[in-house]
Amino acid sequence: MLTHLQQLEAESIHILREAVAESERPVMLYSIGKDSSVMLRLAQKAFSPSAPPFPLLHVDTTWKFREMYEFRDKAVAEAGMQLLVHQNPEALAAGINPFTHGSAVHTDVWKTEGLKQALDLHRFDLAFGGARRDEEKSRAKERVFSIRSAAHRWNPKSQRPELWRLYNARVNPGESVRVFPLSNWTELDVWQYIRLEETPIVSLYLAKPRPVVERDGTLIIVDDDRMPLHENEVPELRSVRFRTLGCYPLTGAVPSDASTITEVIGEMLVATSSERQGRVIDHDSAASMEKKKQEGYF
Amino acid sequence: MTVLTGPGPTASEIEEYLSAHERKSMLRFITCGSVDDGKSTLIGRLLYESKLILDDQLSALEADSKRYGTQGEELDLALLVDGLAAEREQGITIDVAYRFFTTNTRKFVVADTPGHEQYTRNMVTGASTADLAVILVDARKGVLTQTRRHSFLVSLLGIRKIVLAINKLDLLDFSQTVAAEIEADYRRFAEQLGLEDVVAIPMSALTGDNVTSPSSRMPWYDGPTLLGHLEQVQTAELDPTEPFRMPVQWINRPDPQFRGASGMVVRGSIRPGDPVQVLPSGNESTIARVVTADGDLEQAVAGQSVTLTLTDEIDVSRGDVLSSVRDAAQVGDQFEAHIVWMSEQRMLPLRSYLFKQGTRRTTATLSQPKYKINVNTLDKTAATSLALNEIGVCNLSLSEPIAFDPYDDNREMGGFILIDRITNDTVAAGLLHFALRRSSNISWQAIEVDKQAHIALKGHQPGVVWFTGLSGAGKSTIANLVEKRLHAAGRHTYLLDGDNVRHGLNRDLGFSEIDRIENIRRVAEVSKLMVDAGLIVLASFISPYAADRAMARNLVGPNEFCEVFVDTPLSVAESRDRKGLYGKARSGKLPNFTGVDAPYEAPEAPEVYIDTTLASPEEASEQVIAALREMGIID
Ligand SMILES: Nc1nc2c(ncn2[C@@H]2O[C@H](COP(=O)(O)OP(=O)(O)O)[C@@H](O)[C@H]2O)c(=O)[nH]1
Repeated sequence: MLTHLQQLEAESIHILREAVAESERPVMLYSIGKDSSVMLRLAQKAFSPSAPPFPLLHVDTTWKFREMYEFRDKAVAEAGMQLLVHQNPEALAAGINPFTHGSAVHTDVWKTEGLKQALDLHRFDLAFGGARRDEEKSRAKERVFSIRSAAHRWNPKSQRPELWRLYNARVNPGESVRVFPLSNWTELDVWQYIRLEETPIVSLYLAKPRPVVERDGTLIIVDDDRMPLHENEVPELRSVRFRTLGCYPLTGAVPSDASTITEVIGEMLVATSSERQGRVIDHDSAASMEKKKQEGYF
Repeated sequence: MTVLTGPGPTASEIEEYLSAHERKSMLRFITCGSVDDGKSTLIGRLLYESKLILDDQLSALEADSKRYGTQGEELDLALLVDGLAAEREQGITIDVAYRFFTTNTRKFVVADTPGHEQYTRNMVTGASTADLAVILVDARKGVLTQTRRHSFLVSLLGIRKIVLAINKLDLLDFSQTVAAEIEADYRRFAEQLGLEDVVAIPMSALTGDNVTSPSSRMPWYDGPTLLGHLEQVQTAELDPTEPFRMPVQWINRPDPQFRGASGMVVRGSIRPGDPVQVLPSGNESTIARVVTADGDLEQAVAGQSVTLTLTDEIDVSRGDVLSSVRDAAQVGDQFEAHIVWMSEQRMLPLRSYLFKQGTRRTTATLSQPKYKINVNTLDKTAATSLALNEIGVCNLSLSEPIAFDPYDDNREMGGFILIDRITNDTVAAGLLHFALRRSSNISWQAIEVDKQAHIALKGHQPGVVWFTGLSGAGKSTIANLVEKRLHAAGRHTYLLDGDNVRHGLNRDLGFSEIDRIENIRRVAEVSKLMVDAGLIVLASFISPYAADRAMARNLVGPNEFCEVFVDTPLSVAESRDRKGLYGKARSGKLPNFTGVDAPYEAPEAPEVYIDTTLASPEEASEQVIAALREMGIID
């Protein structure tokens, strides 16, 4: 009998192949996080011995951790795939950053708008994303193949029924499909898979001493000199790791001594806070993730 | 359940835990109940007790419980599973949601579907992938109409394992008599549906009795707890000796040396050296390798995604099914099928829909339902069509043969969806039962004087020029002019006109929506035959529905259909009214008249657009000729 990880892998591969077969211009959103790493690995498996027949797209905010950029370039080179990097030119010109503009505006302009621009620019009709249904309550109802309007909006009220393994990827002009091959994976499944498959991930997920300051109860690491320090703030070296990776000023670290995947999983199993807590963006308002999705944030 | 506790599990403890967890199996189940039976509370409790609720979620839950909860100061576990903001405000769940929890032996995927209005559509969706159903009954109410409805849907979708959760027994002093009566009542009914594997568990979702730990307040019950049962129940063991099936998803061709068919094995198993058939073509070959990214396999079983290579260079493409030669899949193009209608737009008999089964996509039409099924009473009643959430049995006719197994033998090979060709929405789900007549000779009888031969003799390409527009728009006038010019230039043409067809071939048809669809279907089929005969067909019909024009277009080749939209404002067409039809329609003597009391769906991207307020009929015909030239139909 197949184990749950074998089943999850086989199902994700099936989804990836269906999506490619039923679309004209697919792309894979690559965010450099652990879910992206697993999704990329699954894509390689789905199409092997061919390379995955689509490019990777990184919607960049210029505010990612330096290590993430290095990891990205290496991972893409190893996969032998094409990488497209999009930085919203308007955000670039306006110098949008999380410090002066706040997390909401920063995320909206760089990520939400940036993603729409990139998809429109390249006329992609299907984009793979690494979101999971267990991440957040509103996602539990998300389809594996989820239709976005021409304005990239998600309408939770008019989703297509999804039966058996039959996915409907047909769209009207201007509409596009988001496909989530990891829909039925949980955070623990992802970590177990990374461990079993020895999938490379950014080392920020593993604990090591890093310079941090504590702000509003969140540990922020000082990744480069663009970060303005408040008065009395002195970065101190603490052993921390990240449960989730985004823009460094918006991603809180957790104190930890887990320096291997196995130890990370060990910590996770006794964890006292769920994954998304580290994302400052989620604290903004109660149903904020859902609102963001309706507006087109992935 | 042992999630690790304490500040620091040792590395070897973690290793041990993980290696156990890496061997877990997976169970998918669906929960069904009417509103307020306690479904959300039950799922919330399973998540809570399996310790998957983390601290920050717990504090959010505490806040939510105060704000929206129904439990006073207590935690309202139901709120753990209420997702979307809009639903929270209405206090109901409106869609299918998937939840996950895990124990030491299994990972569980729960399809959570609401009990109200949209029930059929949502429940059918949730049940389509479930191995087991938990049917909730409020012990105070007993087996209700809804309970029967849920059980019918679950059995229709092929779920054979049922848990009857007799809930809220805390309100009835955990009475054994009540539980026994409900169980007996349910079993009588379930038997009629052929549901034999029923395990009844008395419980209280609210207090947790018999959910994850045995209840001390029901000493009379010695069966398993709900979770205990879910952990142990045997899932339909996928039998490797069953006949092999793999719908082909994608042809993998990295270089000229390698050509593999990628897909998921959905039934049986396969090894190198096994003979296989490619269906529907019927070509045979032998498996050379079972390829995966992690190396070749000795055997692949149902549920695995692989790439198969064959020993011969035979034609295999997406949509084909690789099948064992022994007990090969059947091939057919006419079926009897159960249809579950899932769209607000009613089903239209004879309209052409896109059909998807396995990895094959083709087009399908449905007959009028033979009957529809009242999901509450299971009575069969006559019907002319199906509306949202209705279930019926229809004949299904496909435009090309497919390989299939009856749904009861295999879900992946017998389940299909229908997609609206214009909105692209999934409008129905269906279950194939049997082929009405077996397509015994799979390949078409080769006709010796074929289309190419006809074309060669005519000396030009064939095609359909389809004129659409309101009555009085000028379609026939322009079509006549075009035909005259083509004829004068030595092309072989034929003009099909609404009036000449309705006097003969279609004289049995009226103007209702269904008759209009049939009218266009016949005209489109006749046009197709004439194209096969090498003619240029000029079809001049109001043809108000976009879906029907799309159907006509799809019957012929991509460069053989030229849609001409003769656009005239209604007021102008009406003022022309040469046949006096608008007058009659306005006075109510002609019902269903396009533009007056029946809709006209204008083409979005016709090959030729004619605005008759700007162009004269001669100019218009010139436009059509130019388009035909561009399409290569004439030179
Ligand atoms: N006394 C009692 N109340 C229950 C039980 N299970 C659920 N309820 C209550 O029944 C109401 C409806 O429950 P909910 O889980 O929202 O039902 P749903 O509509 O099926 O999801 C809530 O007030 C629950 O607290 C139970 O076992 N015993």
